[in-house]
Amino acid sequence: MSENLKFVPHATCTFCGCVCDDMDLTVDMDEKRITKAENACVLGKAWFREHGIEQRPYALIGGREATTAEGVEEAAQILARARFPLIYGLSDTTCEAQRVAVAIADMIGGTVDTTTSVCHGPSGIAFETVGESTASLGEIKNRADMVVFWGGNPAEAHPRLFSRYAVTPKGMYIPNGRKDRTVVLVDVRRTMSTPVADIFLRVKPRSDFEVLWALRALVKGRRVDPSIERRTGVSLAVLEDLVARMKSCRYGAFLFGMGLTMTRGRHFNSGALLALTTDLNEFTHWVAKPVRGHGNVTGADNVVSWQTGFPFGVNFSRGYPRFNPGEFTTVDLLARGETDAILILASDPAANFPKAAIEHLKRIPVISLDPKTTLTSQLARVAFTTATYGINVGGTVYRMDDVAITLRPAFESPYPSDEEILSAIRDRVRALLGGNRVPAVAPAVAAAS
Amino acid sequence: MTEVMTLIGGRSSKQGTALCAGKLAPEYIELTSVVEMNVEDMARLGLSNNSKVRLRTPVGEAVLRCKGRETKDLPSGILFMVYGPMTTQLMAGDTAASGMPISKNIDVEVEPVPEAGTGT
Repeated sequence: MSENLKFVPHATCTFCGCVCDDMDLTVDMDEKRITKAENACVLGKAWFREHGIEQRPYALIGGREATTAEGVEEAAQILARARFPLIYGLSDTTCEAQRVAVAIADMIGGTVDTTTSVCHGPSGIAFETVGESTASLGEIKNRADMVVFWGGNPAEAHPRLFSRYAVTPKGMYIPNGRKDRTVVLVDVRRTMSTPVADIFLRVKPRSDFEVLWALRALVKGRRVDPSIERRTGVSLAVLEDLVARMKSCRYGAFLFGMGLTMTRGRHFNSGALLALTTDLNEFTHWVAKPVRGHGNVTGADNVVSWQTGFPFGVNFSRGYPRFNPGEFTTVDLLARGETDAILILASDPAANFPKAAIEHLKRIPVISLDPKTTLTSQLARVAFTTATYGINVGGTVYRMDDVAITLRPAFESPYPSDEEILSAIRDRVRALLGGNRVPAVAPAVAAAS
Repeated sequence: MTEVMTLIGGRSSKQGTALCAGKLAPEYIELTSVVEMNVEDMARLGLSNNSKVRLRTPVGEAVLRCKGRETKDLPSGILFMVYGPMTTQLMAGDTAASGMPISKNIDVEVEPVPEAGTGT
């Protein structure tokens, strides 16, 4: 370690959706790496430790080293030529870069989709169907005397959710912290999160909806048949006890994970939990928040929503935004072989998408922007190396509770930011197309007017 | 001998720290190539820790290493592994018009893979 150290107080960790903004970083400015990250969890420490400056080409075109400008030209040519292009990812970059990504999709008459579609996309559908009783994490910290974690493992995926917001911290109306809270965890298996809970409900796989619907019935005073235990693995007595506790708490919070969205039932599961939340508000105050994975996936939802009116899976091919999960979501577009070019921003679908979707990625020109080499960047026609948001790049991100947080970067990177590359691509595509590909008014409408 | 079990994909803190170092690094590849299985199920199938096992779905298959978990932690018939290149081989592309492929609670055929000299 050199003696050229810099201290960065109150920096922000963008590893997960907790977006903890109380990081105190020590940076070795000669080696361009973070040597200490106080207050960080195990994931945050790894995030800061492993994002130094790697010696990588600024861009690769067909595996050949290239400049960023050459990469921009190639990427713009690909997007300008494509007939059904897709912009995907967005959840691990700044809101400023996300805004440009949406603008490119709009300009080329393409589709923009985010990792939300394979995360809490079903919850997004449920929000539109059922509604959302929401709160900030600060409100939960200060008020919630009962917290139910459903279908998630925060101890491993969001470690500070327990210690900073929802289990142990003392709050304005929770003076004794953990002692003042009843903590419930619902999952199909024991995890590292289970010991935190006062009550653990192990449900059988694929039976979350049934458990939630039974809870709704009990909250409304309806009779539930004891055979519910055979179907779900949870006895009627346990459910009745839980309902009694939920109705008598002062302020309850559901924090739900992808155990609901990635399994049978998908948006119906999230919708059942949101409906249960509404039911409980007849008796006391309850809120529900999805626990979000990537550092700025919530920002992606917000940016895409404020620019298009919809949170993900948005298509511009008719000149106006259309939202239709299953039609304009990335797994579907790829698995059906419809997309003919894709720009992947800060995401690695080649490492986590279904096989059929990955096979199509190998058949079409892929443009990737990522600080690291990934399976996706390896199959990309154009692969840009980018600076890391939050560590090298400032800007805005959204915490999982939709609170906007400003980044405090620790040191500069020689590589450009996502926003800089996307802006250059946008400008070049605009020049190639001579403006938006899709006319502001569709020809049939124009002829009729 | 094959059995049908339920595969849950998920995250782990080790996976989270490993992916920061790089998804192409040996540690990440190793972590995403292990399936956790109930120890009683493993015994019934003649498997021990680090045995090879093949998981198969209608869309693909993956050969993984076993890791035993006690019944109190992982019930019989349930498997757990962290998301990664191996889980992608088992996931179907259909999203039932939701955008979300089924990534948890996937029915998989489980088959021990004989290894030279082990007799399994």
